[in-house]
Parts: sequence; structure tokens; C-alpha cells
Amino acid sequence: MTLTLDTVTLTYQDGDGRLTALDRVALDVPAGTMAAIVGPSGSGKSSLLAVAATLVTPDSGQVLVAGTSTGELSRAEKSALRRERVGIVFQQPNLLPSLTSAEQLHVMAHMDGRKPRQVRDRAHELLAAVGLADKADRRPHQLSGGQRQRVNIARALMNDPDVLLVDEPTSALDHERGAAVLDLIVRLTRERGTATVLVTHDRAHLTEADQVCEMTDGRLYVPAAA
Amino acid sequence: MFVASRDLRFAKGRFALMGAVVVLITLLVGLLSGLTAGLARENTSAVTGLPADHLAFAAPPDGQSVSFTNSSVTEKTWTNWSARPGVESAEPIGIRTLNAASGDHTAAVSAFGVEPAAGIAPPGLAPGAAVLSEQAAQELGVTAGDTVRIGSLEQRVAAVAGDASYSHTPVVWTSLDDWQRVGRSGAGTGGEATVVALTTTAGADLAAGDEAAGTETKSLDEALTAIGSYQAENGSLQLMRGFLFAISALVIGAFFTVWTMQRSADIAVLKALGAATPYLLKDALGQAVLMLVAGTGLGALLASGVGLLIGGGDVPFVLDPPTVLVPAAVMIALGALGAALSIRRITAVDPLTALGSAR
Ligand SMILES: Nc1ncnc2c1ncn2[C@@H]1O[C@H](COP(=O)(O)OP(=O)(O)OP(=O)(O)O)[C@@H](O)[C@H]1O
Ligand SMILES: [Mg+2]
Repeated sequence: MTLTLDTVTLTYQDGDGRLTALDRVALDVPAGTMAAIVGPSGSGKSSLLAVAATLVTPDSGQVLVAGTSTGELSRAEKSALRRERVGIVFQQPNLLPSLTSAEQLHVMAHMDGRKPRQVRDRAHELLAAVGLADKADRRPHQLSGGQRQRVNIARALMNDPDVLLVDEPTSALDHERGAAVLDLIVRLTRERGTATVLVTHDRAHLTEADQVCEMTDGRLYVPAAA
Repeated sequence: MFVASRDLRFAKGRFALMGAVVVLITLLVGLLSGLTAGLARENTSAVTGLPADHLAFAAPPDGQSVSFTNSSVTEKTWTNWSARPGVESAEPIGIRTLNAASGDHTAAVSAFGVEPAAGIAPPGLAPGAAVLSEQAAQELGVTAGDTVRIGSLEQRVAAVAGDASYSHTPVVWTSLDDWQRVGRSGAGTGGEATVVALTTTAGADLAAGDEAAGTETKSLDEALTAIGSYQAENGSLQLMRGFLFAISALVIGAFFTVWTMQRSADIAVLKALGAATPYLLKDALGQAVLMLVAGTGLGALLASGVGLLIGGGDVPFVLDPPTVLVPAAVMIALGALGAALSIRRITAVDPLTALGSAR
């Protein structure tokens, strides 16, 4: 199992009481497969991704990323884990305004202590894989929404993650572009063997998923093998 | 500095604006420093240039500090000091600001009366023969061999040497006897001088010497505060300089506070992607230091240029590496401190905010 959530509960402070965002959630995502998460707004989908990305520490339960239990890790160790093992595709592309498409990828290597020079070829290969080989020198404001989202995906794959977390990647795109982005994610999951979690509200995406999970009020329902 | 150097280029307008502020403040501080040093030299060079290590002033009344204007010592004082162990020489100096004239030139000068045979006396000094500093000679339009009137005395110009200046007036060296005669309006007590210049060895017990002679001894540097005009000027100029340093640190701090807040969404994204906080802090601080070094470098260069232009003329301006480089270094250090305090808020940015559609 490349990503495992074991009875994870997460609560947030909510006025005087506490709000349960994740209620004993269990999820296994093997390498090279994709789990799709659907559910109404506020049901806890983004919270699940945040826990899997070690951005928040759950109240109880275990999160294993590529076999590493994340509960005991220090802040710096979590950063390193995210750098090396986790790829995040944000809902909004979240590109850095001053960087070209290629540099959005280079910075991933730079923050990991490698010279951008050493990873130039890999960045180029990834941009080619998302169909943006000719847009490597464009800055975000010179790209279309769909192109930005594809840079977002390429960036998430830059450090060869074991776990790919994708939050509503098509919400800002029209139907055709959305479908293309989804195809890309599915293809990269298979090719690169990532354990992918896809949060989506688009039922059309579900046919491609290896497992489809329903989220309601913090509870995750994993149907028997589809 | 991967992201920061690209941000610098991407937001060059904003950084150029901030850089220009740094350039101007550095220029201002540089000019002020040169002026402070120049004024200080006009005020003190005669004292700092004395070939002695301490000055003994007449002990002031309780609660007051020593001053050249209020000090008066007698022959007993310096004979007493010369006899003390560890004191190699104790030479009286009389200091008085006077009017000097030659032909139709007049100038205010500081007459320094010393024994012609003393080690601290300039070569050529003799009774009736004064040694003029270059500035004094220039203002009076005289050269060696000419005659000048100093106060009420006719003196031959024995030599023109040095650029000694005291309390903004050029120095004229006379023999102590002549100096005493100038000062004596009618009958005088005789044997008087203003201070005693001491050359001492390490073992000298200055406190005991003060006790015995009724004096208060200061090192040459400490003695500068006894020059009234120096203390007042230097104090206010240093205060201005201090304020400029504080202002620049605050302005730079404010700039980087706003800048860091504007970037906080980007910082959250970088953190979510796995950037460690020290990495981000180094990135941002490097950017601040780069801008500071470029800005202060340019400012210091401009200050040097302006200093070269005005330094030769009537403006008292000292241009040497310390007057330019020390304020520049202080600017960089204080600016970096201001930036560091603002950049610190990177630590508090929560990567969780990069998720979802909050942006
Ligand atoms: N930082 C937070 N502090 C407090 N409560 C939070 C926080 N983040 C989320 N919540 C709450 O937790 C619950 C789950 O939120 P979450 O963002 O995971 O929902 P979601 O399923 O992603 O919704 P959407 O489809 O609208 O993105 C919501 O009720 C939300 O208000
Ligand atoms: Mg969400």
C-alpha cells in the first residue's frame, strides 16, 4: 500500500465545541491506482487530502505515506516527506507568478537541495508529457487556465512522488479541457505508478477510477470492489 | 535564492523604488558622516594631533565637567606633574581664541602657547616668532618671514606648518611667554596656562597625580568633549545620523512586511509543496540583503562622488574609507535586521491555506 489512512479522525475548533471533519476514515490506495472521492461540499474531502499530505495532524488514527508512519515526524521531516514522496495538484493552479513553466518545476528540485541544472531534462520531459513543451518559458499570466492546470500537474510529479493528491483539478476548466486534464492524471498514475487520490464533483470522472469513495459528514464509504 | 531572485526581477519596479530610498538614505548618511568628521577635524585636530597622551585640566568645581574655557593651571601644576614617576614630560599649553591681523587681512585664530624648547612645540617656534597653521597663514595672507599681529603682539612668522585647527579656528603657535603677555590685560598672575600635556608611561598613577596637582586628567580622546563647540555639534550630528539609521531600518522593515504579506499565498504553496521554513527564510533574507547591498553600495559611491566635489572647498568634509564604509555597513546591518524581523512572519504561514479554493 502506498497510501494508507487507518481510522483517521480530524476535528477542528468550532466555536465552543469541535467539528468533526473526518470521522474514523480508512482508505488504502495501492501504487498505480486511483481512488476517486466524491461528496457534497463541506463533507471533508479537502480535509482528507490535507491529512494525507501531512499538512494537518489528525486527532487519532494513522497515516502511512509510502510505508512511513507520519504521526511521529517533526515539522522538518514532514516537509521533506512532502518534497520527496507527495505530489499535490491544487484546486487552483497556485503557480508562482515570477516563474516560467520550467522554473515552476525546477524550484521543486531546488528546494530539495538539487541544482536546477541537473533536472532540466526531467522538467522538459514532464512539460512535454502534459503537452506544454513549447510553453516552457511562459509565465503563468501568459498561459490559459487549462495550461496552468497542466503545469500544476507536471510540478506535482517533478520529484517523482509515490502519492499524488489531486483536489478538484477541473473545477476551473470547461468540460473538454477538464476531460483532457483528467485523462492526463489517469495516464500518469498508470505510467508512473503513483497512488492517486482524486477529489472531484464530476461524476464523469468516476469511470476511470479504481475505487470510488463517497464522503458524507466526515464519514468515508468505500464500496465493495467495483 | 531561487524564487527570490526571480521575484526581484519580476517586481523590479517595487524593488527599484525601495532601492532608491536606500540609495538616498545612504547618500544622506554618507554626507552627514563626512560633514561630521570634517567639522570634528576643524574642532579638534590641534588637540588630537598633540604629541602627548593625556591632558591635565584644572579640577572643575563639584558636579561640573572639565572644559578648556574654564581650565587654568599654574607653573606649580606642571612642575608638580613633571616630578611624578611615569611622567616623561609635562608641558603647559595656553589656549585662547584671538583676533589676528596682517595688512588688511584679519582672522580669528586659536593661539596655542607652548614653551619653545618643549617636545610638543613646532620647529621654529621662538619668543617673538610664531608658527602658523596653513589655514591661518592663508586667511592672513602671510608666508614665513612676514609679520602678523596676534592680539596685541607683533610676531614674526617663523614657519607655516600643519593644518591644526581648534574650535573652528586655525591654530597659531606662540611661545608661552608671548601667549601669557597677549592674554594679560594689565597686570596678570604670571606663570599661567590652560592645560598640561602629559606624556606618560604605562606605570604612571594618574589619579595620584591629579590628587597632588589639583587637576583632572583626560586622555586626548576624552578631552575632546571639553571643547564646548565640539560637544554640541557632534552630539546633534550623531543624533541625526542615528535617526536616519533608525528610519531606514523602519522603512525597510515596513516594506518587507507588506511584501511578505503579499507573498503569503505563494509561501503557503511552497510550504505545501515541501519547502522547509529555513529554506524560505534564507531565500527572502538573501533578497533583502541583495537589495540593501546594491542600494547602499550605490549610495556610498554617490556620497564619495559628492564628497570629492565639495571636499576641497570651504565645506569641512572628510572623505576617507571609514566615513563612507562604516555608515554603509551599519545601513546594511540595520536594514537586514528590519527585514529579518518582517520576514519572520514566513514562519507563521500555514501551508493548509494552499489547499481548497480559498485563493
Ligand atoms: N481550517 C479549518 N478550521 C475549521 N473548520 C474547518 C477548517 N477547514 C475545514 N473546516 C470545516 O471542516 C469541514 C470539512 O471541510 P472540507 O474543506 O474538508 O470540505 P470539502 O469536502 O473539501 O468541501 P468542498 O467541496 O466545499 O471543498 C467543513 O465543515 C469545514 O467548514
Ligand atoms: Mg474542498
